Amino acid sequence: MTTPPTEASPTPPTDERRSWLRDHSELGVCVLLLALGALVLGDALTMDVEITQRGPVGPKTVPIVVGIGLLVIAALLAVDVLRGGRGEAEGGEDVDLSEPADWRTVLLLAGVFLGAAVLIEPAGFPVAGALLFWGAAFALGSRRFDRDPLIAAVLSLFTYVIFNNLLGVPLPGGPLMGVL
Amino acid sequence: MDALNSLMDGFGTALTPINLLWAAIGVLLGTAIGVLPGIGPAMAVALLLPVTYGLNPIGAFIMFAGIYYGAMFGGSTTSILLNTPGESAAVVAAMEGNPMAKSGRGAQALAAAAIGHFAGGLIGTILLVMLAPTVAELAVDIGAPDYFAIMVLAFIAVTSVLGSSRIRGLASLLIGLTIGLVGLDQMTGQQRLTFGSLQLADGIDVVIVAVGLFAIGEALWVAAHLRRSPGEPIPVGLPWLGKADVRRSWKSWLRGPVIGFPFGAIPAGGAEIPTFLSYVTEKRLSKHKDDWGKGAIEGVAGPESAASASAAGTLVSMLTLGLPTTAVAAVMLAAFQQYGIQPGPLLFEREPDLVWGLIASLFVGMVLLLALNLPLAPVWAKLLRIPRPYLYAGIMFFAAVGAYAVGGEVIDLVILLIIGLIGFGMRRYGLPVLPAVIGVILGPNAEQQLRRALQISDGSVSGLVNTPFSVTVYAVIVLLLAWPLIKKLVMRRRAEA
Repeated sequence: MTTPPTEASPTPPTDERRSWLRDHSELGVCVLLLALGALVLGDALTMDVEITQRGPVGPKTVPIVVGIGLLVIAALLAVDVLRGGRGEAEGGEDVDLSEPADWRTVLLLAGVFLGAAVLIEPAGFPVAGALLFWGAAFALGSRRFDRDPLIAAVLSLFTYVIFNNLLGVPLPGGPLMGVL
Repeated sequence: MDALNSLMDGFGTALTPINLLWAAIGVLLGTAIGVLPGIGPAMAVALLLPVTYGLNPIGAFIMFAGIYYGAMFGGSTTSILLNTPGESAAVVAAMEGNPMAKSGRGAQALAAAAIGHFAGGLIGTILLVMLAPTVAELAVDIGAPDYFAIMVLAFIAVTSVLGSSRIRGLASLLIGLTIGLVGLDQMTGQQRLTFGSLQLADGIDVVIVAVGLFAIGEALWVAAHLRRSPGEPIPVGLPWLGKADVRRSWKSWLRGPVIGFPFGAIPAGGAEIPTFLSYVTEKRLSKHKDDWGKGAIEGVAGPESAASASAAGTLVSMLTLGLPTTAVAAVMLAAFQQYGIQPGPLLFEREPDLVWGLIASLFVGMVLLLALNLPLAPVWAKLLRIPRPYLYAGIMFFAAVGAYAVGGEVIDLVILLIIGLIGFGMRRYGLPVLPAVIGVILGPNAEQQLRRALQISDGSVSGLVNTPFSVTVYAVIVLLLAWPLIKKLVMRRRAEA
């Protein structure tokens, strides 16, 4: 059952092949599951259990079962996809599935998030958090340059005070809090 | 009666000013979340998990329970006024509630839903008080093999009962189990899937997984497909009911819990199935068959009552057996783990203050909800106008706060984003998120119980099935697995006949 996906026809023109691939992009999920399974199995099999094992089932057993499970499910999913089965994209009240995915927004959001992660320690949470909110709102299409930064700053400062001073969850204040 | 005394003590806990405050915050947040599109109660509780670092468990759970009940209340408001359910449990409310609102009876629809939730929640919670101690007592002797069986049941139920594809459910579960494996083995200290990294040796915190899958994954997914023109809610006044409406609704309010409560307690997907069943039942029993589809008030009253009762049923399984039957229950279970508390039969003995305070706070929460929601409905409806960029930027913001609060490490934010991207991919390809979360939360625990059981039996597999309890649970599992086959056979026979 682990046969790799075969091409629809021996020598498909590039257009056809591309649309076949787009149609069967779910096979990428199978590849990822397969890779994950190999990773888990590899890690489990190279484990050297020197510590005296307590009980008949050691630390290897469950990872091996999970790894094999991943390989099997990757194969089953591949068969299902090749037979025409499709995972149904999740709907939602703010989700419009009739239009193609907007990758620019997703990448922008991920970038803003990573940027905030980098900034949180040198610049402090209030600054990084405000930039995260403003950046995310901007990525999602908000262009109110008077209102957006203000909301972001207030939200970030309030959250900092609530977590840091009221709930006792320390967040880095950064240079700004040092000044205030 | 013992349970009644304990409940009175619970009221003593729940009615202290600080816990009343948490209950009020919980129901207000919950209602807002139910009304707001894009945020479900599971995501809300996940985003609030970091408060567990600063708050005592009783206050935290009182707030979480308030969110759960409040979201049920709020979800129906969106269904009725906008025809877009705020969460899955409220899908049915849109079928009769929205036509009612369109024909100018929105106020009555909101009132029927609010009172339905109150009645359903009240009856459900009374059933919880009566049943939970009994279940806990019956289960008090259960040991490692029984716990393992319950967890296997949770795994199977969540992958095969829910969702449209078992393969995809199972794939999701395995992803969750893999994430749960990362870190030091609990029994031997062996490193697993850490690749020599010190940070990974601590494992990936459940908070990060839950927030990543529920919040970041959802925000990214919506961002990719954001609807450019959100619908306009129908304006509505204060909810109220005339005598004729009450006469038509009261039986539906009482029938709802009968359907909702048992379905909440079993792992069958929470409120979706019982609300639908209640709808069908009310339609069959209705004396006003012409109204259906055009706004029959029974079609709002019954299902909404069933929805709230199912939330109470869910709490029975979670508190007495540690079995999460919905996404919210799964995240609440993660919160229990954060406090190092193991929900299960012993919870009633070990943490009576917590359990009974929580249950009593449900009654308090219900009264607060009714008192708040009837007069505040028009205000809640305004929440629907919140600009979507702010809503989803806010989700990203609070997700970052939550993940950073776990350990104050930047690497956690990166892991959060990666898990969020996994959540995005899962939504794109129809892998349900819940099995993965259940896998992360229950996986490590299940492994420990399995190994403990086999240790006791000295490696013999019979050690897993040597109690009547575990045998019963495995029988249920076999039934669940064979169900599609049985259904097919019955259908074929019927087709032949």
